[in-house]
Amino acid sequence: MGQLFAVEVVYRGVFQKTLAKNITRDIVLAAHNEGKLGISFGRYGDAPERNGIPAKSFAIVANDEQTLEEGMAQYEPKHVDLTVVLDDTLSKGAESWAWYGLQPVHHALKPGATLIVISQEDAPALLKNIHRRDKAYKLAILKGITSFSGMWVFKDDHTDVRVLGAIASALPQLFSLNSVLQFINEKLKSELKVISARNAFDRFSTVDVPAGQGNPEELFKFELPGWDHMRDGVSIKGQPQGGPYADPVTGEVGGFRPARNELFKKYSTRSMRPVVNFSTCTKCTLCGLNCPDASFDITPDGHYDANLESCCGCGICEEVCPVKECVTMVNESEFHDNKSQWEAFRKDKDAYLNWLETTIAKASPIEKRSHGFRYRGQYQEQVPEALEVARKG
Amino acid sequence: MATLTLPVEEKKKSKINEQEALITGAEAIAIACKLANVDVVTAYPIRPYDTVMQYISQLVADGEMDCEYIVAEGEHSQFEIVKHASVCGARVFCGSSGVGWMYAMEALTVSPALRVPMVCMVGNRALDDPGAFGVEHNDALAVRDLGWLLTWVDSAQEALDTALIAYRVAEDRRIFVPLAISCDGAFLTHSQALVKIPAAELVKKFLPAYNRGDLLLHPDNVISVAPQANEDWVMEIRRQNYKVTEVACDVIREVYAEFEHTFGRKYGNPFFEEYMTEGADVVLLGMGTMSTPVKVAVRKLREEGKKVGFVRLRWFRPFAGPEIAKCLERFKAVGVIDRDFSFGSPDLSGVVATEVRSAMYSSSSTRPPVIGFIGGLGGREITVPDVETMTDIVFRAAKGKAQPLTQWFGLRE
Repeated sequence: MGQLFAVEVVYRGVFQKTLAKNITRDIVLAAHNEGKLGISFGRYGDAPERNGIPAKSFAIVANDEQTLEEGMAQYEPKHVDLTVVLDDTLSKGAESWAWYGLQPVHHALKPGATLIVISQEDAPALLKNIHRRDKAYKLAILKGITSFSGMWVFKDDHTDVRVLGAIASALPQLFSLNSVLQFINEKLKSELKVISARNAFDRFSTVDVPAGQGNPEELFKFELPGWDHMRDGVSIKGQPQGGPYADPVTGEVGGFRPARNELFKKYSTRSMRPVVNFSTCTKCTLCGLNCPDASFDITPDGHYDANLESCCGCGICEEVCPVKECVTMVNESEFHDNKSQWEAFRKDKDAYLNWLETTIAKASPIEKRSHGFRYRGQYQEQVPEALEVARKG
Repeated sequence: MATLTLPVEEKKKSKINEQEALITGAEAIAIACKLANVDVVTAYPIRPYDTVMQYISQLVADGEMDCEYIVAEGEHSQFEIVKHASVCGARVFCGSSGVGWMYAMEALTVSPALRVPMVCMVGNRALDDPGAFGVEHNDALAVRDLGWLLTWVDSAQEALDTALIAYRVAEDRRIFVPLAISCDGAFLTHSQALVKIPAAELVKKFLPAYNRGDLLLHPDNVISVAPQANEDWVMEIRRQNYKVTEVACDVIREVYAEFEHTFGRKYGNPFFEEYMTEGADVVLLGMGTMSTPVKVAVRKLREEGKKVGFVRLRWFRPFAGPEIAKCLERFKAVGVIDRDFSFGSPDLSGVVATEVRSAMYSSSSTRPPVIGFIGGLGGREITVPDVETMTDIVFRAAKGKAQPLTQWFGLRE
């Protein structure tokens, strides 16, 4: 068998689909400049991909046809030489449609290989979210705002070529910078993009992550039943109704917490989460009524508390909330657990409100992009800023 | 006509409340629906199935039958409605013909995995184009690989009896898949014959209430039916359906025995009827009302000293492969008459001939030659002289003379 390379690009469904496809295609074309052969393909996480669902695109490259075929003779590569994460909120893991449980974002990464994350955070902040593993690896951060290049509102921010430049540095056996630049000159025909790729190559650096370092969260998973242990009739047991629960301070029982699917939590779909100011809330109920997934627990004192194992971060609650500064969508990278906000509020009101204020201030939505756009044209407004972040590297 | 014999005692018992009526095959099915106390019937007209919906609506209008009778806006909805009603615990009936059946195809394909024991009547009809009303079996056969049980009947009496048997088979918890009873358009759906109608109390005894158990969609049994599934579930769901095929023959045998015990009418082997096969050198095999000209020809040929018999296949799904092979390997050659075609199949034969050859290959050590005949398409007559010529060909094959494996009959040259 000849040399075989597998690169995985983890992205947010729909929003980054074209970008991920372009990157894996460009990897194959750049490697082809060195006489290598390759195939690029997508394994969507949902059909059709829904907003924010974690999904993957792959590039398989080999130096001969038979080796390529061996690399392709499986559903998707189980071991990859490089993982590229196009949205740093995916660091918390992916619960893809065809996977029952939560996968760490580096689950296919070979020992010692490189994980590239596009982010504005630094390594310690990202490692609060990226799960620990029993094999060491390298972490590289490509400074940038989550890119939507390739969406129908296409505004190119050079993320595609910056990733190529970074790969040339991380995995020079796959292709050299020259092959990348040749590809850009011939196919993309952009001198600016040549500069972006070269900058990414020059500034590329990695942090060694030893075994055991990272988010200690236990990944939830479950066993798939055999055909003769499954219910038949393509039927599943419904969820029980749920019911009231206790106030952590007074012990008063009341409200309503819907029972939820323990096997499919889907919070890894979320790139923003609602934070609620319970002191301004008028208990109008609109957020709870309008939530498409019944993700709000009605608390014993009549508040609406977003259940963060269930919430997929669509932002409808923020949109329908009639109170100024009550429900605010905040980028997911600010948070490292799914604990109840209302319980924190009940236990220490002042501390919670203080936390709320600093969290919202720190995560101004203009600086950290997510799919939760607030108004038409917001994306276009952010492009110059995105380019600026990329230029600084 | 199926050979029906009644033991004397049984005759006395069942005759008490039995009535006799001159009715069509379609009417016989409608009466079976009444006797089976069907809860939901959906209808959309297409000939020749539409006669059933007319008879049922008449029964409802006359106050003889109590059911939800829903006229859908097309066959797709017609089959979707009964699918949903069945999941909610209703005993259901519907049916269609030809391209109407095809228009329902999406609903037909989803029902088996959902374990929906809907019983349907297919008034077999040629598929358009050209628009034609005559019988051809390709309509019902289109679902042969999709999880449906398929049976063909050849008389109004058998249509009525089989409809009762069908509910008992389909609603058996080991089965729980849809079942279609094929009735040849015009020849059976529109021909009136004398039919014995069993007493309602006996039917009640024979047919227990439909019990969907833990698959019942009901507020007291909260389940979600047909959620989205991916690579991790589909094979297991298919395997569950496959299990039905493993037990279907046993269940059918049990139900026929129970039928005979309750009503006193005997069908012998449930899967096929043998006619004058004793001492035969060769046999013909086919499904549906072609049995009439074939039996007449067989009798004529027997009088001429030609040892030929006939095997009429009743159940196509399940295909009782080993049993059929065991039956057929007694003969020196077999001629299969297909009222259908199977485009581009091995030997370019019809569907039944291909299945018979396949069954013989794995379950017979002698493997006599199987000659395929395609005839009677679009309702064309299969004549007695046609059958005589077919028999001659099969005899030549029996003597070791090579014959074309597929031949068309009744075709204008």
